[in-house]
Amino acid sequence: MSVTTLKSGSMLERVLVSGKFAVTSELGPPKSADVETIKEKAACLKGVCDAVNITDNQTAIVRMSSIAAGVLAMREGLEPVIQITCRDRNRLAIQADVLGAYALGIRNILCLSGDHQRFGNHPTSKNVFDMDSIQLVNVLKRMRDDKVFACGDEIRNSKKAPLVAPEIFIGAAANPFGDPFPFCVTRLGKKMRAGADFVQTQCIYDMDRFRRWMEMVRDRGLHEQIYILAGVTPLKSLRMAEHMRDNVAGLSVPDHLIERMKSAADPKEEGEKIAVEQMQELRDIPGVAGIHIMAIEAEKSVAGLAEKAGLLPRPIVD
Amino acid sequence: MSEDPNIIAFCCHYCAFTAADLAGTMRQQYPVNVRIVRLPCTGRAEINMVLQAFVDGADGVLVAGCEPGSCHFIQGNLRAVKRVGQTKKLLIEAGIDPERVEMRHIAASQGPLFAQVSREFTEKIRQLNEEKRMAPTVAVAQGETT
Amino acid sequence: MIVAERKPFDEIFANAGKHHKVLLLGCGTCVTVCMAGGQKETGVLASQLRLASREKGVDLEVTEHTITRQCDAEFFDDTTSRLVEESDAVISMGCGVGVQFCSDRYPNKTVYPALNTEFFGATLEQGVWTERCAGCGQCIVDKFGGICPVARCSKSLLNGPCGGSADGRCEINPDVDCAWQKIYDHMETLGRVDELEEIQPLKDWSHNRDGGPRTVRKEDVRL
Repeated sequence: MSVTTLKSGSMLERVLVSGKFAVTSELGPPKSADVETIKEKAACLKGVCDAVNITDNQTAIVRMSSIAAGVLAMREGLEPVIQITCRDRNRLAIQADVLGAYALGIRNILCLSGDHQRFGNHPTSKNVFDMDSIQLVNVLKRMRDDKVFACGDEIRNSKKAPLVAPEIFIGAAANPFGDPFPFCVTRLGKKMRAGADFVQTQCIYDMDRFRRWMEMVRDRGLHEQIYILAGVTPLKSLRMAEHMRDNVAGLSVPDHLIERMKSAADPKEEGEKIAVEQMQELRDIPGVAGIHIMAIEAEKSVAGLAEKAGLLPRPIVD
Repeated sequence: MSEDPNIIAFCCHYCAFTAADLAGTMRQQYPVNVRIVRLPCTGRAEINMVLQAFVDGADGVLVAGCEPGSCHFIQGNLRAVKRVGQTKKLLIEAGIDPERVEMRHIAASQGPLFAQVSREFTEKIRQLNEEKRMAPTVAVAQGETT
Repeated sequence: MIVAERKPFDEIFANAGKHHKVLLLGCGTCVTVCMAGGQKETGVLASQLRLASREKGVDLEVTEHTITRQCDAEFFDDTTSRLVEESDAVISMGCGVGVQFCSDRYPNKTVYPALNTEFFGATLEQGVWTERCAGCGQCIVDKFGGICPVARCSKSLLNGPCGGSADGRCEINPDVDCAWQKIYDHMETLGRVDELEEIQPLKDWSHNRDGGPRTVRKEDVRL
């Protein structure tokens, strides 16, 4: 495949375009200016996945900026997927950050609405939501493909200067379990049409519902126009399984998984076993282009999971 | 014994007022300091009527209406219960003991009960006055105002 | 209407206590309907202030007066102006607009707000009001089955629900309806769900307060 047909040239893009099954993971920036944590987490993920999401003030808790943490992760040999939420910045700030991120070598950006600040550590703050995630996707696409800002101005220093636009592989999130259910697929279609190249889904426990969703996706032919990475989060304990079931909006954990966690001698091991089974199952669902492993504050476990699921070694695609 | 407290009793025409009348007819003794204001229904007892009574010098306010389910206007007495509850909150904010206002249900036939309630309420308010006289600077409901 | 709620009594009393004679000025329009600052509520607050000042030994005289609207000059009649002039300060029971209008009108008097102004809303049932409009300056509710995502979605999302919509409820609070569930349901009833496929472009917020304080001029009726 010739490099010129690529939109960004990122490793994630190359893996997906080459038709290989992609693996991404997540790295949460520290809640301080500490660099060591990033290095430690990066070491766990290096060679294990094609790209790593760097969260953006996840759950509305202040953390190191995703761009800065992404650059630090990049120095450790990871390819970052910078997450950008619409909660904290308006269209000026976000576009400026996209230019900066690209200039620093970042090639993947994932667009999100963002958790409401009510849940975070600054519940009294003002939110922005100047645009929504679909509009943000479209802003990035126009920056990349049309080389213009949201306002229509060309991305160049002056009339005579060359156009230097950020060439970004654009991602978004998809929730196969959200309400209203039929709208979940509509929303995926809108993200695709707005310009998303790939989506990562909410973590999947209810395989039957996910299969139904994928059927709807395939009926619309969306899987041929956007790369779908299925989200997996290993359960660590029965409590976590119950918490996910009861408290996380739009997430259902089926009873048979709760039962397995309940009767397991080593719940952590059982959770990983379930995750591996899920990954193997997801891999066989037509239209699933990769796996997104979200091991929340458990970056160490990702390598083992990927290994057991037969996802290693990761390919090098030129 | 401190002097008689000023008590205003907002009484529903259909029950408590008739009960008060009956108490008199039955020669039941009840404190003369209880001054009755006849209302067509305790649902007429607006919050500010009660507050105003305090502003104008009442030490305690009794709102006496029909028993639940017996209101001539279906649920005026139940509204009165809610309003008295709200009035208590407002009194606390103003630094006044919420015990100084009370909602009671007295049927038309219960003359003796009216007399008894009047005596008890008067006694309670007399005690509150006494306590306040002993510790005039301490707001009774302190700590509840937030 | 504009929906407001009375401030905590302590806050009002602390302001009133800085003066000897205050005028409590009620408003007969929106805040009367939402039972926050009409004649009745003015009366209640006046009584509370009188009781509290007596109880706490504060020298405070309270006058009450309610006018039809505090956001229109014509209702500030001679009686009102006289009462204001006779007072050391005014406590306005109007919404934020009324407080400012009153303050503008009597530049030599401090005007305190007695209410917290909340939103543009509707009466759901007696005693319950809820937000319906954010005054964004460019109404688009027709595209969303008559339900405004700007005002009623916690994130003002224009292209569909976020992942936090569950069983018709918003992630921020199970008591809050998910606007997008309502939009979807209503569009389905109208047989217009397919219109939600349309990607809504970036909103022009310049008509919102983001464009600076706004003024509307209707030239044909100006004098």
